[in-house]
Amino acid sequence: MKTINSTPNLDSLIPGESATIVAIQTDEALRQRLSALGFRAGKRIELIRKASFSGPLQVRIGTTDILLRRNEASKISVHKT
Amino acid sequence: MKRIALLGMPNTGKSTLFNRMTGGAARVGNWPGITVELLSGKILIGGDMVEIIDLPGIYDIHGFSEDEQVVRHFLHDNVPDLAIVVLNATQIERQLSLLLQLKQYNLNMVVLLNMADEAKKFGITIDTAKMSASLGIPIFLLSAKYGNGYQESLQAVTKALRYTTPGMAEELRSQLEQDAHIESEMARVLQHSVQVPARLPDNLTTQLDHLMLHPWLGLPIFFGIMYLLFQGIFFFGQPLQVGVGDLFGWLRESAVEPLLGGLPEFWQGMLLDGVYNGVATVAAFIPIIVLFFLFMAIVEDTGYLSRAAFLMDALMARLGLDGRSFVMLLMGFGCNVPALMGTRVMRSRSLRLLSMLVIPFSLCSARLQVFVFITAALFAPQSAAMVVFSLYLFSFAAAILTALIFKRHFSNSEPFVLELPPYRFPTLRQMLLRGWHEVYHFIHRASKFIILGVVLVWLLTHLPTSAVPAGPDTWAGHIGAWLHPVFEPIGITAELTIALIFGFVAKEIVVGSLAVIYGLSGQALSGTLALQLDWVQAYSFMLFTLIYTPCLSTIATLRSESKSNGFMWLSLGWSLALAWGVSFVFYQGARALGY
Repeated sequence: MKTINSTPNLDSLIPGESATIVAIQTDEALRQRLSALGFRAGKRIELIRKASFSGPLQVRIGTTDILLRRNEASKISVHKT
Repeated sequence: MKRIALLGMPNTGKSTLFNRMTGGAARVGNWPGITVELLSGKILIGGDMVEIIDLPGIYDIHGFSEDEQVVRHFLHDNVPDLAIVVLNATQIERQLSLLLQLKQYNLNMVVLLNMADEAKKFGITIDTAKMSASLGIPIFLLSAKYGNGYQESLQAVTKALRYTTPGMAEELRSQLEQDAHIESEMARVLQHSVQVPARLPDNLTTQLDHLMLHPWLGLPIFFGIMYLLFQGIFFFGQPLQVGVGDLFGWLRESAVEPLLGGLPEFWQGMLLDGVYNGVATVAAFIPIIVLFFLFMAIVEDTGYLSRAAFLMDALMARLGLDGRSFVMLLMGFGCNVPALMGTRVMRSRSLRLLSMLVIPFSLCSARLQVFVFITAALFAPQSAAMVVFSLYLFSFAAAILTALIFKRHFSNSEPFVLELPPYRFPTLRQMLLRGWHEVYHFIHRASKFIILGVVLVWLLTHLPTSAVPAGPDTWAGHIGAWLHPVFEPIGITAELTIALIFGFVAKEIVVGSLAVIYGLSGQALSGTLALQLDWVQAYSFMLFTLIYTPCLSTIATLRSESKSNGFMWLSLGWSLALAWGVSFVFYQGARALGY
């Protein structure tokens, strides 16, 4: 279900860009895992690089680097700063 | 006996600490979720023997992965006298959540902030006294890798063990959903005791990743590193292998033969040509095994495997797998069994089963021995490394083909989220421990399987006593003749068929059983093989060895990890069918082309 959404998602950032996490719209299990890795609303997140061939993204929250697929990243809405 | 549990998130150095405390060798790897079985050790603390258990790394005590369930069950059923909670000091602002969750269980706890050396480099300062006061738990800085802060930590553990275990109230066990309050609690503790610089300094990891994860160069660099690794194993390992082989030959002539001279001929033959030749041939591979695992340990401990997951995930996604499956495939190069167990970090059963179906095609170190031996015997020294490398490519190809065929039956939508640790370089102590650990395992297996295996092979090839040894009238000859219609179309002779049957138990036996079948070892065996086989037959034999069932341990692990007999038979049947098919296409194709 796609609603009209003015906030961009994490996968729309370009490498080097920073943003603030606005919301995480995933199922409960993934939300919990992401939260343990530092994904929480209000946290600053930086996109470090994207793998070629539509591979995963490397992001940085605080001192932790995390890999996640574009599919998962598209469920995290951010506010560019 | 009092019990201490080691708890923490993946990749915080729990296993390194465990090794330091027990002096034993738990597997140490810079890869989230590597500790897949509960390792335990007994140590003397404050005059008493204490059992210490290394629990799997978890992100969240309420999480849904198998590891998280294991820890939850463990804490519920075996409340430890003391929990040592290991947190990564460089990620304290995030890992504190696990500590606060654990605090709700009212456990007797000591907190060790590990990787204090790294945190210092990042400019992160932690006031342990303040943090300790605001949490009401003893907290210490530690570098488990280099040992700084270890003595203080041990003293704190000794002291904390004197308190009686508070026990866990039943309402606390059920009262698990208090995470909302954790976030504000985290902020309160961090505010006064931790300072993290706003931006991390550009460190070595960033610079290395710039090259290693480069959009175009990343993959070629990865394959380059793998190629150099295997070249290196050959370059350093083969002279050592020949040396050890010669040493055993000399020992036989100068000591063992005179010693056994008084025995009847039958027993002399079995002990010398059976046990001694078989074991000596296998033992000659110890240098290669040690080198292999040393190199793998370096790659693993540096954190490069997670980079490989990043580089390969796009391809793996198209195969219905993910980056972690690829890492497990690479781990399978060492041994398939721990790689199969490593799939426990996956939550989706389909993804786990598909990964477990492809992992047995990983060319493990036991199969490497067979290939090193056969290529050395039948191929020119210049091309030997290329031949073995081509088998690694076949290993990947078999895995890819299998995933493509079965991905529809095991389709999944498991999210791929993985922590990327900074590069770390293992200390010499860690590498030596690991090397010793692998030699120990090898010798342990050798004493169990290989001696029994080579004795059986000797009996099969020498009974009944009236027959010519290894001839068509022996029991082995009869088995070979019976299976001849199956193996003749792929160029595999009766002698090799016997070796393959024993290879089903463990690939370590294959070369040893060849030594027994031919009654020769070392250079003499290589020479005879070169006379009896041409390269097409040898390569077909190696393809079959590569693809069919790795060993009994792998089958047992497949069964126990999947908890399904059907899945075990599927893996067994598919790998045998694929092995025969690939060898058939290769052998008949090469013959048709005139080779």
